[in-house]
Amino acid sequence: MTTAVGTTTRTVKLEILRQDTEGGATRWEKFEVPYRPGMNVISALMAIRSNPVTADGKTTTPVTWDMNCLEEVCGACSMVINGRPRQSCSTLIDQLEQPVKLEPMKTFPVVRDLQVDRTRMFNALKKVKAWVPIDGTYDLGEGPRMPERKRQWAYELSKCMTCGVCMEACPNVSEKSSFIGPAPLSQVRLFNTHPTGAMVKDERLLEIMGDGGLANCGNSQNCVAACPKGIPLTTSIASLNRATSVQMFRNFFGSDHMVD
Amino acid sequence: MSNNREFYWRRLHSLLGVIPVGLFLVFHLSLNFTATGGEDAYNNSTGVMDLVPHSLLLIVEWIVIYIPLLFHGLYGVYIAFTATHNVNRFGTFRNWMFALQRFTGVFLVIFIAWHIFQTRIQKALGADVDFNMMEQIVSNPLMLAFYIVGILSATFHLANGLWSFLVSWGITQSPSSQKVATYVTMIFFVLVSIIGVAAILAFV
Ligand code: SF4
Ligand code: FES
Repeated sequence: MTTAVGTTTRTVKLEILRQDTEGGATRWEKFEVPYRPGMNVISALMAIRSNPVTADGKTTTPVTWDMNCLEEVCGACSMVINGRPRQSCSTLIDQLEQPVKLEPMKTFPVVRDLQVDRTRMFNALKKVKAWVPIDGTYDLGEGPRMPERKRQWAYELSKCMTCGVCMEACPNVSEKSSFIGPAPLSQVRLFNTHPTGAMVKDERLLEIMGDGGLANCGNSQNCVAACPKGIPLTTSIASLNRATSVQMFRNFFGSDHMVD
Repeated sequence: MSNNREFYWRRLHSLLGVIPVGLFLVFHLSLNFTATGGEDAYNNSTGVMDLVPHSLLLIVEWIVIYIPLLFHGLYGVYIAFTATHNVNRFGTFRNWMFALQRFTGVFLVIFIAWHIFQTRIQKALGADVDFNMMEQIVSNPLMLAFYIVGILSATFHLANGLWSFLVSWGITQSPSSQKVATYVTMIFFVLVSIIGVAAILAFV
């Protein structure tokens, strides 16, 4: 398919925000790599890795980034591409304006170059018990059935790949604030919807009613606009707002309807 | 805020913004609106306040206005400064509303502090808060502009705050219910703004 003329004349211009160490100084570097049809951002990065020379001919270190699935399901490869956080594996060069500007998602600690540390998201998932509790000292048997239509709807929430794009987009997630962020909140809704998950529903709600929890959402609704999986994050948040409103009264009056 | 109380502080902040602060704003602007009927109409309607015994008025003022307003204002400034604005990257309507809510909020703390100093504190020091006083204040075009921006900030902050209130308490959940709430609160913004701006212009 590729013609010799096409590969020798066309190039892709990139500008990348480099950072050598965690918390270290940053600098912009320009690159120009040969164009190939159907390129994604990662293939451009791979071209730089195989020949780490900047556009003005200086040899530099290969650019570091994270990746795994290469099909937009693992979430590891997120970065800020031309100002928007998205997955570098599913972002095609043909659809981007050049120079393509690549930056790390700075709402997370930057490990090196485009690689960030999303540990806070995984910690948040642990904190809100984002799982279905099935372990017991004896066989707990089958759980209650989930209505099919509910399952189809919940499936949408389960598509979250902890990619961090919604966290980067949120003006309230930063080092200045302790806000847990949209993705783990939506997971609370997912697991509180699951018939077995709902058996500890009050524990999850109590967790997000703590410091840096649900109430820190400021409704900018950037998360829902940015999520690559189209997860209805703001609907999840509003729904949890209602659930916690009720939970607040239950706590106050010592209700015994904690998981009803 | 320590001790895991943040959720309750935030909910209290949201509630106080509507009741009593928001209600008071609507009442305040409506009362001022009587100025469009002329000097006497305004002085008569605001004069009703003087019929309330002074000590009772003070208690009501502190409980219904100053304490809730102070809490809402100061906690609001804290909230505003924990945000990292990014409207240049995400120029959506809601993100603009998010930013404007915080800008108007911080501005209102300054405006209201000045407004209270210029009217209520002067009254405590013996001045008469009446049509003449306001007429004098807004005879300075800069003051008039400051007041108009202050009034519009307040009406916007209340209208958009009502929208957030509906989300924060889980009343509007689906995108379409939130959109309907946007229309309703924006109409509310326009109506209350007309009342407020017409009132201040009546003193010119
Ligand atoms: S909710 Fe969407 S944007 Fe946020 S982490 Fe999950 S997949 Fe990524
Ligand atoms: S590499 Fe897995 S989402 Fe891009």
